Amino acid sequence: MDPRTAAAQDGTRLDFLLVADMVAPGSRVLDVGCGDGSLLALLRDRKGIDGRGIEISREGVNACLAKGLPVIQGDADTDLADYPDDAFDYVILSQTIQATRQPKIVLEQLLRIGRRAIVSFPNFGHWRVRLDLLFKGRMPVTENLPYSWHDTPNIHFCTIRDFVELCREVGAQMEKAAALDAGGHPVRVVLPWWAWNLLGEQGVFLLTRR
Amino acid sequence: MTSAFQPPEPRSQVDDPSSPVARFGADEPLLLDAGVPLGPWQIAYQTYGTLNAERSNAILICHALTGDQHVANVSPVTGKPGWWTTMVGPGRPVDTDRFFVVCANVIGGCMGTTGPASTDPQTGQPYALDFPVITIRDMVRAQAALIDRLGIESLFCVIGGSMGGMQVLQWAASYPERVFAALPIAAAARHSAQNIAFHEVGRQAIMADPDWRGGRYLAEGTRPTKGLAVARMGAHITYLSEMALHRKFGRNYQDRSAPTFSFDADFQIESYLRYQGLAFVERFDANSYLYVTRAMDYFDLAAEHGGSLARAFKGSATRFCVISFTSDWLFPTSDSRAIVHALNAAAASVAFVEVESDKGHDAFLLDEPEMFAAARGFIDAAARVRGIA
Repeated sequence: MDPRTAAAQDGTRLDFLLVADMVAPGSRVLDVGCGDGSLLALLRDRKGIDGRGIEISREGVNACLAKGLPVIQGDADTDLADYPDDAFDYVILSQTIQATRQPKIVLEQLLRIGRRAIVSFPNFGHWRVRLDLLFKGRMPVTENLPYSWHDTPNIHFCTIRDFVELCREVGAQMEKAAALDAGGHPVRVVLPWWAWNLLGEQGVFLLTRR
Repeated sequence: MTSAFQPPEPRSQVDDPSSPVARFGADEPLLLDAGVPLGPWQIAYQTYGTLNAERSNAILICHALTGDQHVANVSPVTGKPGWWTTMVGPGRPVDTDRFFVVCANVIGGCMGTTGPASTDPQTGQPYALDFPVITIRDMVRAQAALIDRLGIESLFCVIGGSMGGMQVLQWAASYPERVFAALPIAAAARHSAQNIAFHEVGRQAIMADPDWRGGRYLAEGTRPTKGLAVARMGAHITYLSEMALHRKFGRNYQDRSAPTFSFDADFQIESYLRYQGLAFVERFDANSYLYVTRAMDYFDLAAEHGGSLARAFKGSATRFCVISFTSDWLFPTSDSRAIVHALNAAAASVAFVEVESDKGHDAFLLDEPEMFAAARGFIDAAARVRGIA
């Protein structure tokens, strides 16, 4: 059995496993917007990383404390500036960039603090999103994008192609990229960007400074 | 001098307290930051729970300005429960069924550890202002000597709020290899100008009381109760918040329905503060208040590391958890964030929680479920890593 399938059956999120694949064992990792610490705990337990986190919600921070994770209650938009250059091997922004006020500045900070950055986000270019807009004329509400437009933390949605363009603007080089379909499985075939942008519900990117 | 004078209540615990005492002879002086040795000297403490065979489960609690070693037992002076029974006790976040908990009265205090009210062996009189000025680092040195005496090589955790949190930071900086985990709550790595200002007002109130007698009130049979009460009243306001005062007292009158057009305590808040002042002088020594506030004023952890707080924690393997409260304006969240930034810059392991509360600085002593949840999560996870059952 594919180890991913086995892991999915024990409840581990597939996008987390994809991120975990990109992280070298024993490295220093900062997870920005780490939620309840599930990804950090996974990386610690399976990859032996030295992990840190930033999380805006108190409930999230307390859940992390209970897992023994050193997580700081803070805001990605303001607190990343306090970290020194090259403080981490990887800085992860998992399903968070769309909730930041200044995604470009956050991305630049990630690449300054970490030697590598891993960014995953819901793709607003997915065909279902496009169909919703085209036929219903409504902002999409799906399993991965469950909020109504007027009551959502997600204020800066982008498509995979938008993100690729942002990477070019900030001088980030893509070492690896993957798109996940609605079931969380990687879009396996080698396809051009426009196809990934259509078929991927999520994008996951491993970036370095150029 | 009035020879028939009976020592006031606080004096009863000074030289021979009802708690255990570790005594150090003139040959084992405490070397103070002021550059003078203090000896002989003693440190009074309480313990709860049992030290395990590996001696790995010891937690040191550091008390705040007017606290004492009676963290989880009835106070021998006031007859009231310990000052942190919500945090320390069986099944509490600092679980005395699992951990060996130590709490000592600070040097300069008046509950059995050597301080200005203690008897100076050279004169047979209370030290008064002959007692050397002490620092937070001196308090920690004294605790380290006690921890040595108790046969504990490394502390599992050091915990404290306010001035206790300053001691936690000093422990981590002075003895990093002896501190596995550190939990400073509502603390700061340096005392702010505003806080020094409040302390100065309190000290001046004490020294302006004619019964202070240049500090020699114990020998002269007086007590600067009015000055000390005013100092406490002023300080007490800084421990609360505008919102908490409004919620608790508002503009309510005390046992009357209209103002009396006098300077009587018309308002509940006035009556409350007067009570707080009076209750305080029953249990605390005025000179101790001068010395311990001075120690807090002098605290600036970065200063002893070339101005860099990060350098104070360089290479530290200690796990830190920093907690602050939203309405604390005495030790505001920005002070805690400065600690967190420095720990991050030093690549130390640090967690940080800002607890939502309208109770001001005092929140750390009160029933704050978010604080207990954070402390419990941090302590339990650290205990797992340390292999404490």
